[in-house]
Amino acid sequence: MRVLVTGATSMIGRMVAERLLARGDEVTVLQRSTTEMTGVQQFNGSVTDAGIVSQAVAGQDAVIHLAAKVDITGEWDDFVSVNVEGTSTLLAAAKTAGVSRFVYISSPSVAHGGESLIGVGAEPADPDSTSGHYATSKAMAEQLALAASTADMPVVAIRPHLVIGVGDTQLVERILDRARQGRLPLIGSGLALIDTTWVDNAADAMVAALDECPDLGGEAFVISNGEPRTVHELIARITNAAGVEWSPRSVPRKVAIAGGSVIETVWDRTSRDDEPPMTSFGAEQLSTAHWFDQQRTREALGWTPKVSLAEGFERLSEHYRNS
Amino acid sequence: MVAVGPTDPARLPPAGIDGLDPAWSRLVEVPLDGTTRTFHILDTHAERTESAQLTVLCVHGNPSWSFLWRNTLAQLPDGVRGVAVDHLNMGFSDRTGTVRRLADRIDDLCALTDELGITGPVVTIAHDWGGPISLGWAQRHVPQLRGVILTNTSVHQPEDASAPKIIRATRSRAALRRATVDTTAFITGAFEMSHPRLPKDIRKGFLAPYETADRREAIQTFVEDIPLEDDHPTAPTLDGVAAGCALLGRIPTLLLWGSRDLVFSDLYLHDLEARFPHADVHRWGHAGHFVGEDADVASAAVDWIRQLDVGTPPEPTETSGITTLLDPLRNEAIADKVAIVEMADAEPSITFGYLNSHIETTAAGLAHAGIEPGDRVALMIPPGIDMIATLFAIWRVGAVAVLVDGALKPKQMTAALNAAYPKHLIGITKALAAGRALRWPGRRISATPLSAIQKRVLGAEHSLVELRETALPLDQPLPPADDEAAIVFTSGSTGPSKGVRYCHTRLALQRDLIASLYGITSDDSLVAAFAPFALYGPLLGITSTVPDMDVSQPGSIETINLAEAVSAVNATMVFASPAALERLVDTAADARDYANALANVRTLLSAGAPVRASLLEDTKALFPNAVAHTPYGMTEALPVASISLPELIDAGTGPGVCVGRPAPGVEVQIDPIDSRLPGFGEIVVRAPHQRLSYDRLWHTTHKASQPAGWHRTGDVGRFDDDGRLWVGGRLGHVVWTATGPVGPVALEKAVEDLDDIYMAAVVGVGPVGNQQLVVVVERMLPTQKPALASLELIDAVRGVSDHDVVAVFDVSKLPVDRRHNSKIDRTAVAAWAESVLAGGPLRGLAKEA
Repeated sequence: MRVLVTGATSMIGRMVAERLLARGDEVTVLQRSTTEMTGVQQFNGSVTDAGIVSQAVAGQDAVIHLAAKVDITGEWDDFVSVNVEGTSTLLAAAKTAGVSRFVYISSPSVAHGGESLIGVGAEPADPDSTSGHYATSKAMAEQLALAASTADMPVVAIRPHLVIGVGDTQLVERILDRARQGRLPLIGSGLALIDTTWVDNAADAMVAALDECPDLGGEAFVISNGEPRTVHELIARITNAAGVEWSPRSVPRKVAIAGGSVIETVWDRTSRDDEPPMTSFGAEQLSTAHWFDQQRTREALGWTPKVSLAEGFERLSEHYRNS
Repeated sequence: MVAVGPTDPARLPPAGIDGLDPAWSRLVEVPLDGTTRTFHILDTHAERTESAQLTVLCVHGNPSWSFLWRNTLAQLPDGVRGVAVDHLNMGFSDRTGTVRRLADRIDDLCALTDELGITGPVVTIAHDWGGPISLGWAQRHVPQLRGVILTNTSVHQPEDASAPKIIRATRSRAALRRATVDTTAFITGAFEMSHPRLPKDIRKGFLAPYETADRREAIQTFVEDIPLEDDHPTAPTLDGVAAGCALLGRIPTLLLWGSRDLVFSDLYLHDLEARFPHADVHRWGHAGHFVGEDADVASAAVDWIRQLDVGTPPEPTETSGITTLLDPLRNEAIADKVAIVEMADAEPSITFGYLNSHIETTAAGLAHAGIEPGDRVALMIPPGIDMIATLFAIWRVGAVAVLVDGALKPKQMTAALNAAYPKHLIGITKALAAGRALRWPGRRISATPLSAIQKRVLGAEHSLVELRETALPLDQPLPPADDEAAIVFTSGSTGPSKGVRYCHTRLALQRDLIASLYGITSDDSLVAAFAPFALYGPLLGITSTVPDMDVSQPGSIETINLAEAVSAVNATMVFASPAALERLVDTAADARDYANALANVRTLLSAGAPVRASLLEDTKALFPNAVAHTPYGMTEALPVASISLPELIDAGTGPGVCVGRPAPGVEVQIDPIDSRLPGFGEIVVRAPHQRLSYDRLWHTTHKASQPAGWHRTGDVGRFDDDGRLWVGGRLGHVVWTATGPVGPVALEKAVEDLDDIYMAAVVGVGPVGNQQLVVVVERMLPTQKPALASLELIDAVRGVSDHDVVAVFDVSKLPVDRRHNSKIDRTAVAAWAESVLAGGPLRGLAKEA
């Protein structure tokens, strides 16, 4: 199969491309910067650039679309441009090019605000209930993607929840940075139960979705390790693996949420482009339960996580011992 | 009849009434009063009336309408037609402008069923003042009547009941009009008697036909029609209906009752029970006047209707060849043998001869006090000679002992006594005082001598001592073996306390099974440190004693007191609870002076709650020559199985607690609860010595007796390849994970075997079918504050679990039951874990269940 992978420089994107190469697929990658990946055809550019997109998608059997703007802060217009318009451009180009499978990486946050999610399935994306530019733009993009699903080009959305892995700069490094700086308090009791996805499993799920795509057009699936853990334990495991001292200290939930929104406002007004220490969305996310029903996902994709969290943290620990 | 009130033609209910299927609604014109009256009815089979094998005729009261029966109608089995009528002037039927008295309403109903052509079999179901109307109809249709269901109603004012206060209060004309017609107060007031409060949509449904004053006229005339006075025009009709109950003979009857009813209290239930002595009864202690809104009346009624054709299989009554309950202690040959040694007092021991004559005298006294065969007598005396002699005297006169666990909380005790409603209560001063304060039912007899003042204060009519002195010898045979002997209340640690009915025969069979299971012979002697077993010594004709201890606090036993008891009767057997054993093992050194006596004990029985093998092993320090056994069973069937310590060790670890092989004569089946786990499921037993039924809980009994004649234990488990039964926990505590149900006990045991763990609870969080396992532990040296367990402990727990454990908590105290101090209240732990893991605050777990 000839497969275009967008956003292949991300931790998960690179892993997806490697898996496809390893099993003999012809892989084309499209991302803004050059990758050192070998054995792939490369296109450098943004998914918002219709010209480069149609070049990259020409002759492909399938598209795995991972390119996205994934930030906690930023201008709404930038999120719309990359996440919504970029997806729309890619979908149109894929259709024109006769692509027969389209896998869109999404996020569980497209269907929910900050409320507790306890053992629920994948609800439809709803831009009106999301919080934060990222989730809202991803929700709009997922709606576009699934609406574009046809018998000729089935589209499947995969929503991995909180991807963790070795070399992860999104979550692991942020946690470690803050822990080192001594500014990593627990929000509330820190005992809300949260699903995570070890990156290898997320990549496997993307590939499985590609294979099962013809039968699943128009559907969205939440992906996780199916091993929800308390926030407290997750942070303890990550800091432990990296040998970083961390002693849990608690900030009341309401204070954190209110504080988060003050900080966001300050960051907005002062146009700082570094990362705020806390957002109200982040505070809510970290103090409410988020874990999902994986039965339908596993059954439909014929996929189960190969790397347990225990093994993942062991790998993480090994990584930090060797670095 | 001349119209004197508002008129308004019948109509169909507006669309969108919650729970009401619009297809059921129809208007039926009936020739009445020399004209035509139109009824609104709900009819589940309006189009295919002829196909119904049975019609259930539903009759509402005041203020209400056919809406009341929506759930019952929805659940009726195939082939059963449901017809729920709106009385004239009520619901959506004609507002006729005429006053309908009870006699008219019975005529109205008969005319309606004639018009509907209901000629086949009928079961009536009625509520409130619909009761007399339905019974009036039933008495005119006996040949086609197959059953009668009555819910919170009355045909007669019980003697001790003051007229319903609410009715009296609203009977002054002006107040009545204001409440019933001018406003909806009478209707909404009736809602207030619902527990919990009715949801808004349901309240709207009840109010729908009564929106304007003109439409509410009949609510007033209905109330006025209640004959509170003898010369009331409806009094003769109601008396006729009451007398006519006898005409219904043995037509199957079901009484469904909400006891928190300000209008129809339990006294009305008891009045109906007397009129329908064969009736099945299910009483909900929490439910109010609109019992169908507070409790699942619909499925109780429907389940009862379902079994009508089949008929209840008669309970087996194999009585031939069984020694009756009281025979062994009446045996002349052992008259000189020591029966009971009292440890608490300096009292000398008593012989069986003395015990027997003491029972005879006490029985004579009870008869003298007016206790008759079949009367219920609550017995509230701590174990000891007095308790035993009085219990046996109750049995001797053919009365029924109501036995409520002294460890129940006062509220539970009151609920139990209100449910059983004993006619008499024999108790020590403490019980009489509590009974006074908590208004327990029953005429009081004091177990101890009282002064006149004390008697007055405590409300006691007699004391046992004076009854024994004044009574003439008892001239009355032993009661028949199949007569009811006891109502034993469950501990309430695994749900609300329920009364379990036993007859003499089944108690005797239980006694005989225990004797054969543990090889008890007349040479044995017994120390009972666990209250229920105090009865077995005398019943088996062997010498016994109860150690000096507070039996409601088994964990408070002093080792020295147990040793003294063992020594006093040269005990060969000791019966105790795990809580007592734990205490004894911890202080074993206190008994060193009694080493010889303790070495004489050959059988140790741990009963009442699951016990750890390690604890039984530790008892060797006290009883070096004893073989420890632990039976498995419940108030409803004990024992079901039994296992000895060597067998327990041999069984090793497995899917729960190994309870051994079924006892002789006991059949055990596993009813699978998930197709992915064949062989694992609810433990269902049948035994000659099992319960009769739950008292006044027909539906509970029905559901717990599937298949018919069996008892569903509510425990889950499986058999191993060697035929040993393993109990995995309570069905209600099963964790329903994505890969199937998980019983909590196996993992709890594995965690408890880890270092430093005293007790563990395994519970589920999340939606059923996708629950996750959570472990909560109490360490040997408990933590001060609840917290997430250390990563090391979390890893250790995951290491012994076959399933993912999402979180492990370390708490200062796990909630356990009062009686055994060892049954974990997993429901409370689960609620706590659910809240904490959803991001709620980390509070301590409740100290006690």
